[in-house]
Amino acid sequence: MESIQYAVFLLGAVFCAYRAIVAKRILSATIYLACISALVSGTLYLLGAAQVAVMELSVGAGLVTILLVYALSVVGDDAMDPASVIPKPLAFGVVGLAAVLLGWMAFPAVRTTAAVGEFDLASSLWQDRVLDVWIQIVLIFSGVMGVLGLLSEKVPGAKEEVEQ
Amino acid sequence: MIFTPLNIILFGVVGLLGVGLYGLLITRNLIKVVMVLQILIKAVILALVLAGKLSGHLGLGQSTAATVIVADTIVAVVGLALAVQVRRRFGTLDVPRISTLRG
Repeated sequence: MESIQYAVFLLGAVFCAYRAIVAKRILSATIYLACISALVSGTLYLLGAAQVAVMELSVGAGLVTILLVYALSVVGDDAMDPASVIPKPLAFGVVGLAAVLLGWMAFPAVRTTAAVGEFDLASSLWQDRVLDVWIQIVLIFSGVMGVLGLLSEKVPGAKEEVEQ
Repeated sequence: MIFTPLNIILFGVVGLLGVGLYGLLITRNLIKVVMVLQILIKAVILALVLAGKLSGHLGLGQSTAATVIVADTIVAVVGLALAVQVRRRFGTLDVPRISTLRG
């Protein structure tokens, strides 16, 4: 039963990822991306990582989707994806080969049962990986600068026009 | 038994990575490149939590995944801001058309 739940979530995520890539309209691709986030967070919840699942759902399906829709509303009619430069069969072959090699190398590492150990996120985050917390603070400040860049309305050449 | 839950998650990770790499190769729109990077990062988050579960250190896997989620969001924000500014400056989001570096 558990395997079926995982299979449904992950097949849905891979299907939505494919639809997001082949969609001509980027707004449709944005909706598919939000679906991927929801399905991946469901998988994380089933794995026992409830805190990360909530983060992924709120940030991936919420914040990033809003940012993408806002960016699409700014760029307007340029939100279409032109045809690929690389031939699609070549890209498909290269990626298929890479995926098969990755699966072949990673498959023996996965045992049938998970090891049982400590499950405490708080002690791991605040004691063992405190450097990560500081890096996250710096990254959030960078994100604020990015939001300011996203929201700025300055047009190139505007300063010259004011001076004239 | 090949279809254990953990094996299914590994197949899902490989599938998401494959679809993401394929999208990275065929995509030309700058905003869509940011979206494809998001797909790749979701596969990485899943792989990190899977590795934590397998090793018995789920807390460690979760904390690393949380850091990756924050970094991934910042990449999306900065990438979208760059895309909007590029659109204003060059008038297009087509990556081959806006690449001005030669040689």
